[in-house]
Amino acid sequence: MIRFTLNGESREVPGQFDLESLLKHFGLPSQRVAIELNGTVVRRADWANARVTDGDKIEVVHFVGGG
Amino acid sequence: MSDTFELAGKNFSSRLIIGTGKYRSFDEMKAAHRASGAEMVTVAVNRVPLDRKTESFLDHLDPKMQILPNTAGCYDADHAVRTARLAREALETDWLKLEVIGDQTTLLPDNEQTLEAARILVKEGFIVLPYFSDDLIMAKKLLDAGCPAVMPLAAPIGSGLGIQNATSLRIMREQLPEAVIIVDAGVGVPSDAALAMELGADAILMNTAIAESGNPESMARAMNLAVQAGRLAFTSGRMPKRLYASASSPIQGAIK
Repeated sequence: MIRFTLNGESREVPGQFDLESLLKHFGLPSQRVAIELNGTVVRRADWANARVTDGDKIEVVHFVGGG
Repeated sequence: MSDTFELAGKNFSSRLIIGTGKYRSFDEMKAAHRASGAEMVTVAVNRVPLDRKTESFLDHLDPKMQILPNTAGCYDADHAVRTARLAREALETDWLKLEVIGDQTTLLPDNEQTLEAARILVKEGFIVLPYFSDDLIMAKKLLDAGCPAVMPLAAPIGSGLGIQNATSLRIMREQLPEAVIIVDAGVGVPSDAALAMELGADAILMNTAIAESGNPESMARAMNLAVQAGRLAFTSGRMPKRLYASASSPIQGAIK
C-alpha cells in the first residue's frame, strides 16, 4: 500500500500509481484541473510519468465561483 | 462614443468586471453576466471534492469572457504563488487576480505579502492584478513591481459599504495619472459604482453587490449603466463645488 495525502485527506492505493491513473482511480475530473505534487505543479504532459510515493502531498484543484 | 479600456495589451469595452460567486443558480449567474455587459469574470481555485461528482463550473461561463482566476483564501505569499501556478496550469492563462488576505473577520488584504507574491509572479510572467488596501504608496510599489494595474478596495469584501475613502482614491488617481486603477470590493449599490468611476477609477470589480441582490440580472444592468454614467461624468469633468449659490437664471431683467 502507498499512503499519501490527497486534498488534505489520507488516502491509499495498492501498488504503483502515477498522477494520471490516480485521477481515474478516485474518479476525479482530468479536464481544466491542475495537480500539485509536494508543493510543485506537475504539468499535464508529465502526469503519466509522475509516480505517487509514500507520504506524498497531492493537491488537485479546479475552478469554482468566486469574486 | 468609443471608450475602450486597455489592460495588459487587451482592449475591453466594458469597465465592469464581475465575480461568479454566491449566485443562487447557474442560470441566475448567466443572466446577470449577460446583463452586466462585463467581458471579464473572476473565478476561484479550489480543491476538487473527493466524495462527490462535480460538473465543470467553467462550462457555465460565456466562452468569450476573459477568465480571471483569483487567489482567494490565501493568507501568505507562498500559498498565493502556489495557487497562481495551479490556476495558470489548469486554465492556460497568465491573468491573475492576486489576493492575499490578512485576517478572516475583515478579509482585509495583507499588503506586505501581496507585494512579495506580486514580485515573484510578475517575474514568472503572470499578469498580476493585485487587490490591496487603498494606499498610494502601496499602489506605487505594486506598479514598480510590474503589475499592469492596481485594485484598491472600496470597503471590505462582501460588505457593500461603498467607497469608504473617496479622498484616498482621488489622491491615487491624481498622483498616478497613467496607472490603471480598478476599484475592487466593497461596492454595494450603483451609486457606489458611479462614484468610484466619477473619482477616476478605470474599472470596477464586484461580485456580492450583484449576486446577493434581490434580482441579480436587473442589478447587473443597473451596475452596467452606473459604471458607464460615472465614466462619462469623469471624462466630462465635474463642475466645481461652491459653498454658496450660483444662479442659473439671469439675475438682471426679472420683473419688479
